[in-house]
Amino acid sequence: MMREWFKTGAPWVWLNAAAVSLSLIMVFGLLALIAIRGLGHFWPADVASIRYVEKANEQPITLAGEIVDQQVLKPELAKAAGYTPEQAAAGLTQYLVKTGNRDISGLDFRWLLGKDIKKTDYPENLMVLERREWGNFYGYLDTIKENGKVVAQGEQAWTVLEERMVRTLDIFEQIKDIEKGEIGAINYQLERLRLKERKLELEGKLNTRAKQEIAAEKLEFEKKYQGLQANLADLNQEIRRDSLTATVASGRKVEIPLEKIVLYYQPNAMSFLQKIGHYGAKAWEFVSEEPREANTEGGVFPAIFGTIMMVMIMAVIVTPFGVIAAIYMREYAKQGILTRIIRIAVNNLAGVPSIVYGVFGLGFFVYILGGNIDSLFFPEALPAPTYGTPGMFWASLTLALLTLPVVIVSTEEGLSRVPKSIREGSLALGATKAETLWLTVLPMASPAMMTGLILAVARAAGEVAPLMLVGVVKLAPTLPLDGNFPFMHLDRKFMHLGFHIYDVGFQSPNVEAARPLVYATSLLLVMVIISLNLFAVNIRNHLREKYKALEN
Amino acid sequence: MTASKLQISETYQKWRKIKDQFTRYGVVAGGLGVIVAIVLIFFYLMYVVYPLFVSADAHALYQYELPEKSAGKSLYLATEEQNEVAARFTDQGKAVFFATATGKVRNIVSVVPSDAKITSFSVGTPSRGYIAYGLSNGGVIIARHKYQITYPDNKRFITPQIEFPQGEQALQIDPQGQAITHLAFRVGESGTTLVVRTLDNRVLLTNFFKEESLFSDDESFERVDVEIDVDSKDLEYILLDKEQRNLYLASRTGRLSMFNISDKESPRLIQHTELLHVGSKLTSLVFLTGELSLLAGDSTGLVSQWSAVRDMSNHISLQKLRAFKVSDYAITDIDGEQRRKGFIVVDAKGVVGVYHSTAERELLREKITSAQPELLAMSPRANVFLLQDKQGMIYIWGVENEHPEVSIKSIWQEVWYESYPKPDYIWQSSSSSNDFEPKYSLTPLVFGTLKAAFYAMMLAVPLAIMGAIYTAYFMTSSLRRVVKPSIEIMEALPTVILGFLAGLWLAPFVEENLMAVFSILCALPVAVLLFAYMWQYIPKNIRLRIGEGTEVLILVPVIILATYFAISISSPIENMMFGGSLISWFNNEWGIGYDQRNSLVVGIAMGFAVIPTVFSITEDAIFSVPKHLTVGSLALGATPWQTMTKVVLLTASPGIFSAVMIGLGRAVGETMIVLMATGNTPVMDLSIFQGMRTLSANIAVEMPEAEVDSTHYRVLFLAALVLFAFTFVFNTLAEIIRQRLREKYSSL
Repeated sequence: MMREWFKTGAPWVWLNAAAVSLSLIMVFGLLALIAIRGLGHFWPADVASIRYVEKANEQPITLAGEIVDQQVLKPELAKAAGYTPEQAAAGLTQYLVKTGNRDISGLDFRWLLGKDIKKTDYPENLMVLERREWGNFYGYLDTIKENGKVVAQGEQAWTVLEERMVRTLDIFEQIKDIEKGEIGAINYQLERLRLKERKLELEGKLNTRAKQEIAAEKLEFEKKYQGLQANLADLNQEIRRDSLTATVASGRKVEIPLEKIVLYYQPNAMSFLQKIGHYGAKAWEFVSEEPREANTEGGVFPAIFGTIMMVMIMAVIVTPFGVIAAIYMREYAKQGILTRIIRIAVNNLAGVPSIVYGVFGLGFFVYILGGNIDSLFFPEALPAPTYGTPGMFWASLTLALLTLPVVIVSTEEGLSRVPKSIREGSLALGATKAETLWLTVLPMASPAMMTGLILAVARAAGEVAPLMLVGVVKLAPTLPLDGNFPFMHLDRKFMHLGFHIYDVGFQSPNVEAARPLVYATSLLLVMVIISLNLFAVNIRNHLREKYKALEN
Repeated sequence: MTASKLQISETYQKWRKIKDQFTRYGVVAGGLGVIVAIVLIFFYLMYVVYPLFVSADAHALYQYELPEKSAGKSLYLATEEQNEVAARFTDQGKAVFFATATGKVRNIVSVVPSDAKITSFSVGTPSRGYIAYGLSNGGVIIARHKYQITYPDNKRFITPQIEFPQGEQALQIDPQGQAITHLAFRVGESGTTLVVRTLDNRVLLTNFFKEESLFSDDESFERVDVEIDVDSKDLEYILLDKEQRNLYLASRTGRLSMFNISDKESPRLIQHTELLHVGSKLTSLVFLTGELSLLAGDSTGLVSQWSAVRDMSNHISLQKLRAFKVSDYAITDIDGEQRRKGFIVVDAKGVVGVYHSTAERELLREKITSAQPELLAMSPRANVFLLQDKQGMIYIWGVENEHPEVSIKSIWQEVWYESYPKPDYIWQSSSSSNDFEPKYSLTPLVFGTLKAAFYAMMLAVPLAIMGAIYTAYFMTSSLRRVVKPSIEIMEALPTVILGFLAGLWLAPFVEENLMAVFSILCALPVAVLLFAYMWQYIPKNIRLRIGEGTEVLILVPVIILATYFAISISSPIENMMFGGSLISWFNNEWGIGYDQRNSLVVGIAMGFAVIPTVFSITEDAIFSVPKHLTVGSLALGATPWQTMTKVVLLTASPGIFSAVMIGLGRAVGETMIVLMATGNTPVMDLSIFQGMRTLSANIAVEMPEAEVDSTHYRVLFLAALVLFAFTFVFNTLAEIIRQRLREKYSSL
């Protein structure tokens, strides 16, 4: 019976089907994993107050924090930790609690044993503060102080806190604007003046008049700087006015200046709608704000910006070259053995490891091209390199080279699908080859080029390894696009979503705290890339349908 | 049509023609340009790598009569960093500084008072410029030559100086006042050690060490004096390493005694060794830089390298690492480079050779003089050497020798490094100190690359090919339109995300549930077959309603349940059979260590990345097998499965092969997954529970820190070139096979 069944081949078919099922489960499981962990990051989790006895006959301690994870302790480990075999075999549940308050307890996270937890409740007045340093704070609000004097306490304190936080955050924005915007611009101008002076010196044109002019300009900027500095000092005075006092779960009282607080909320008291609002605000913060605390908190805006800008510059470079190469190979070159070899070579380049392109980009673009550009056009900045160091432009160029085969292959496919009759018709009507190409063939192949470009963009957006060599950094102080002339700073280094994932996930000092952020970043990247790919696939399918109609 | 209109039309026609021509040339130029750019990658990599394998080059710069002959015979030659000023120390105790280019004397300093009689001379660690004279009354004078650089008028000016770290007065080493015939010394941070042999054949060790007072800034020198008990009748060479830990005493016949003098008060004999074959004579014995190994030159023209090696039982012995056949004549002098493990040798016939110990390369051989050579010195940057011959001539040659550290052998074969117990494959590229011996073996990296690719393919190939078979041949076409793109979309998933999940989610999961991983592996096929067997007994009408070709969907819950089941029974099984922990069981029973980020994790993650590639190409190959073949087979009575294995797979096999090749190419070149999911230690270990370092990850880790155009930089380019060549070969092979297959299909 069994043997006959095997003879029919049915089991093998089933096993093959299982391979497909398994692949699908893996694919969708992976996407689900990223989505759940990534989306969960912004939800305001309830904060528990936990009474916990670490060792028998010891005073119970109270902790406050979010329960992030739980797992059953392996019997062997439990035994090793000194539990009786019975206890171990019964399974000991441990909970991972994010207790925050790193400045007080030194630890962000604690593992607690389920059996030692005496009581867990969720008090409504338990407050979470997201701070600019030291991570989250969990505790109970006591009073609000102004210049050290109590102005509100008890029930009122929360409403007063809300009012005063609006003011504090407003001042904080002003300070940031001055520091980053205006003072940044002045520094940039001063640096340009220094370079100008040096350039004149190198050219031997630095006479007393030029010197005086530069000194006068410098003086003006310095005056402006003094003014801003005074302004800043006032604002800094203002922002330090208010503070709050709070009691942490262990009973200790702490005072926190309001200027250190980014976000404050009482998750246990929030209604579902409020939570959704909070969720939206956090998600918006994530895509629009700059990172804080060594990239482990805050947003990823510079990384999004860097990725998009790099990909756009890359697209501008790769499209014309890829399309021209494809037209050459399909329309102009003789279809002989040489073209065949070239086609194989181009196809294969798509399979060359991306890191090899990175090595090439570093050696050839950055050191050779960039080094020569520096000595020709920016001698005043030397020995500090301008283009002779990894940066935005070289990264885009490297990725353009990397994605060139994608565009070529896709465009060629599009060109080959344009029916011969159309070309012949156009030529028969007296059009030149260029006109035929420009007016009939290319428009018909344009969706294919588009597909190629989108696929190239998707590939480039996800590529990290070569970028590590040619321009990505973990934290870029300035964006490659700003209000200072010449606005586009292609020599600057930039941040990138993919590298952000690598850096925060693997190089950050507090991986446990940063992990949710990495999942959220991954989700963002996956969403961008998958939607780009689906878009490309759609265009391609659409195109195929169109040509089918034409051919008939 | 009027004439004027025709006119316009003609210019217009011309204009059209120009445009056409212009487009043609533009496109051809652009197209060829792009193709040239692609070829450029390959040639640029070659261009960077090429200097690694170039031999050194030397050219004569200057030659002149020995400057200031009246100051005595030269005992030692040296130059400073910039090669502007050279020095010779004479047997009259004078230091003669002269311009390297002209031989013009810059100044002469007396190191030894004129009333003292010099009986011996020695050099400390060359890079630090110490020298010492031994005197006939048992005293020793230690001096140091230094070069001060100033920039008057923005021009470099070098002032040679002599200073006396232990004072200008001679240190009385032999209390009995016997003449010092041989001498070695080292000056260190914490103290100075001297070893001398006196005229009456005693070997004395004297150590001065700094005694810092707790209460004041004064420091005083304490002195230890010991006589070493050794047969010193024909003792010729005394060498002391800069750590002042090992002492080597050698005779003319090559008998060497090695002492450990860590404890200065009681030197301990470690071993006696014969350095040479019977009959030959030791003609030169010097340290290689770092002073971990000795270079012994003999009268038969052989230079051998010896190093103290610690074996398995922690026993130290002197081992011969390698030997160079330099010449047929006796070796006259050897000088080590100061910053690399290279050295320069001159034989009795005046032929100079430049060698590198680790790479075992002869980089240069050049006859410099026909007279008998006397002294040889390499400059600190190893770009100039000085040779003095018996006729009193000094020859100065420039050397271009940028990358001696690398040879085919040192990259691909086992190399016996200094202080290592045996020859080995090691990648260890950099360290802060000049004494470090760089270890550029690409073998462990290639091994790691292939290992990672192998485990990835183990997962990917069966899953992808089986999946492709089913999708292309058995699946309903409506389902196929959904399933194929969903698997293919994974190809676009950034590998940094896979790497992140593998490193931070999968690796801890596998470590905690290793047993579950294995039980899933066993349970899945069993569960699927069991379910398939039972499926026959489900009433036919239900089976038909669900339909054939949708087994995939029915199996999804089966697989999920089986996985859940496997995980839940894994813990009891682990408790019952493996004492609670499979990892420690492996360690205790088989001695297999477990690394959290290991090949298993990499295999799963990278397999995941390779599946879509292999799947997609295989599926295309199978799907495009001409229908009349399969229909014919079925019509002749073959079952679908028989048709599949006997007809379809055979026809499509070249396509499947090329799919595997391309998948392999991808696995070999993948960077981020291996970077994040392994420990990145370059070990050669086949175990599935150990990590590895791959070529690509190595480049990503080390490239940003490599100094431009250094040997390290070029070796990393070589690694990139290897990767490039490897994937290019595989891909070309696959592409050619695919094109052939396409032709075959179209002819069918």
